[in-house]
Amino acid sequence: MTVFLQQLINGLSLGAIYALIALGYTMVYGILRFINFAHSDVFMVGAFAGYCFSRIVPHASIAGALLIMLLSMAFCAVLGVIIERLAYRPLRGTSNLAILITAIGVSLLLENLVLLIFNATPKTFPSLMADHTFTILGGVNIGSIDIVVFIVTAILLVALQWIVLKTRIGAAMRAVSFNYQAASLVGINNDRIISFTFGLGSALAAAGGILYASKYPSVDPYMGVLPGLKAFVAAVLGGIGNIPGAALGGLLLGMIEAFVNGSRFSTYTDAIAFAVLILILLFRPAGLLGKFQVEKV
Amino acid sequence: MTQQPWLQRLCEFARQCLVVLPAAALLFVAGCGQQGPSDSGDIKVGEFASLTGKEATFGQSSHHGTELAIDELNASGGVLGRKLKLLTEDDQSKAGESKTIAQKLISRDGVVALLGEVASSRSLEAAPICQENKIPQISPSSTNPKVTQIGDYIFRVCFIDPMQGAALAQFARETLKAKRMAVLTDVSTAYSVGLADYFKQAFIKGGGEIVVEQKYSGGDRDFKAQLTTIKAAGVDALFVPGYYTEVGLIARQARELGLTYPLFGGDGWEAPELIQIGGAAVEGCYYSTHYSPEVKDPAVQKFVASFKAKYGSVPDAMAALGYDSAMLLADAMKRANSTDGPKVRDTLAATKDFPGIAGKITIDANRDAQKPLVILEVTNGDFHLVKQVAAE
Repeated sequence: MTVFLQQLINGLSLGAIYALIALGYTMVYGILRFINFAHSDVFMVGAFAGYCFSRIVPHASIAGALLIMLLSMAFCAVLGVIIERLAYRPLRGTSNLAILITAIGVSLLLENLVLLIFNATPKTFPSLMADHTFTILGGVNIGSIDIVVFIVTAILLVALQWIVLKTRIGAAMRAVSFNYQAASLVGINNDRIISFTFGLGSALAAAGGILYASKYPSVDPYMGVLPGLKAFVAAVLGGIGNIPGAALGGLLLGMIEAFVNGSRFSTYTDAIAFAVLILILLFRPAGLLGKFQVEKV
Repeated sequence: MTQQPWLQRLCEFARQCLVVLPAAALLFVAGCGQQGPSDSGDIKVGEFASLTGKEATFGQSSHHGTELAIDELNASGGVLGRKLKLLTEDDQSKAGESKTIAQKLISRDGVVALLGEVASSRSLEAAPICQENKIPQISPSSTNPKVTQIGDYIFRVCFIDPMQGAALAQFARETLKAKRMAVLTDVSTAYSVGLADYFKQAFIKGGGEIVVEQKYSGGDRDFKAQLTTIKAAGVDALFVPGYYTEVGLIARQARELGLTYPLFGGDGWEAPELIQIGGAAVEGCYYSTHYSPEVKDPAVQKFVASFKAKYGSVPDAMAALGYDSAMLLADAMKRANSTDGPKVRDTLAATKDFPGIAGKITIDANRDAQKPLVILEVTNGDFHLVKQVAAE
C-alpha cells in the first residue's frame, strides 16, 4: 500500500509538470488552431533565464525565488511575443502547414542559439528553495519542490481559467478563437489578442522550465525536447484546446509513467504511454475532455 | 525593369564560379588525400574526443591530459628526434561522428596513430577504420571489452569492465558487508549494461543475492518510480553503473524517498558535476576508478603539479588516462624506432610494466591493460581515496 501511494505521489508530481507545459500548448491551439512546437524550447529558455537571473538575484529566500521566476516569466513572455511577431504573423492566413514548419524552425533556432551561448555541457541549476522531505501516512515521502509544483500548477490553472472565462481580454480571446473575421468586425484588435496569447503561453512555459529545473537540477539546450513531447501528448490526451483537459492529461500521463517505471517493464515506459494515447484517441478522437466541451477556449 | 549589363556579367561570372569552384575544391581534397605519413617533419598524432556535448567533461579532461603529455614530450626533444603534433577533432558526444573523424584524420591528415575515445560506443565506431588502415588506436578510457576485440591494432590503457565489476562486487561484499543488493542500470549505454552484468555475475558467485533490478534510459530525469520499487525490496546497498548526470539525480531522489544505504558505481561517476548535482545526497557514496591524485607516488605528484600549473585544476582519472595513452604511444614508437603502423603495433602489444600515472600497465594478449584500480568515497564535497585494488 505504501509503495502504491508513493508511486501515486511520484506520478502526480511528474504529471503536474507535464500539465504545466501542456497548458501552454493547449491555449495557443485553442486560439489559433495551430501547435506551437517552439513551446518546449521556450520552456528550456525559461530554465536558462532562471539560471542566469539566479546569479544576479540572491535566491536563498522565497521572495528571491519568486522574483527569479517572475523575471524569467517576463523574459519569456517578451520572447514569445517577438517570436509571434517575427515568425508567425507574416504567415497568418497562409496554410497551416507553413506555420507548423516555421514553428519547428523556431524550435531549432532557439536550441542552437542556446547551444551557441552556453555550449552543450549540462549546467547545474541552483536550488532556489530549501530542500525538505515530508513523510506522510507512515512512509510515503514527498519533497517540498513537489508540493510547490502542485501548488503553482493549480494556481496557474485556476488563473488561466479565470482569465479566459471571466476577463474582458479572455472574452476577446474566445471571440478570436470562435470566428477570426467576426471578432475584428466587432472591434477586437486580433493582433493584440494573439500577441497576448503567445506572451501568456510563453510565461507559463518559463514557469514550467524553472520548476522542472528545480526538481531535476541540470539544464541543457535539449532539455525541452522530451518533456515537450510528453506535454504535447498530455494535451492531446486531455483534448487539445481544453484547459482542464491539459491538466488531466498531464496528471494521467505522469501516473502511467510512474507505475510502468516501477514495474518490470520499465524499458517500455514510452511505448506504453503512447499506446494509451492511441487507445484513447481510437475511442475518443477529441481527447478525454475534448468532445463535450461546446465552448473551446 | 531590365537588368544592367554589368549586373548580367556579374551573374554570369557567379554562375561560372558555382561550377568551377566545387570542382577545384574536389581536386584539392583529392590531392591532399594522397598525402600519407611521411618520414620527416612533425609526427602527426590524431585525437578524437567529446569536447562538447553530453560527455564533454570527460572529453575535455582526457584531451587536457593528452595535450600535457605531448607538450612534455616535445619539451624533452620529441620522439625519434622529431616533434609530435597533436591533431584534435571534436565528435560532440554524438553517435556517427567518430567514424567520419577517424577517416578524415587517417586519410586526409595522415596521422600515424589515433588516440580516443572515452565512451566505448564511440571508440567502437572508429576502431574498424583504424584496423583497416593498419593505424594503431589507443583508447584512453573505454572500458567495454568489445573495443579491443575489433582487431589487433586496437589498444587501451585502462582496465576493462569485467575486472571493474569483479572488484566492485568484492568491495560490496567485504567493505560494505552487503548481502542483498539492488541494481539500477542505464539500458541505453553498452557500458552500463556490461558493467551491471559483470558485477552481478561476480556478486552472485561470491554468495550474494541480487534482490531487485531496475532500468532507466540515459537522459531520463525522474527515477522515483524505480527507486520506490527498490526501496520496497529492502536491500543493503544500491549499485548504479551509470554516468554522473543521472547518478547525481538518482542519489537526490533516493534520499528524498528515504533510502539511507550507500549507492556505488563505476568510473562513469567521475566528474565534479556528480557533487554539484547530487549535493549532500552523494555523501558516503563510493565508486571505482583508475587513479586518485591522492596516491603518494612521486610520478603522480609531479603530474598533478604540472597539470595544475597548466590548467588550474586537479587532474581527474580521464586526464591521467589521456596522459598515459599519449605517453604509451610515444614509448612504443621509441621502442619500435619507427612511426610505421605495423611496427608500432608490435611494440605496443609487447608493453610490460609501463609506468603510467594511473598505475603500471602491462598489455595482455587481448590488448587490454592489466593494472590496479582505486575506490573513492565522496566525503565533505570531495572525492577521497579509500583503497587500491591490485590486478587479479
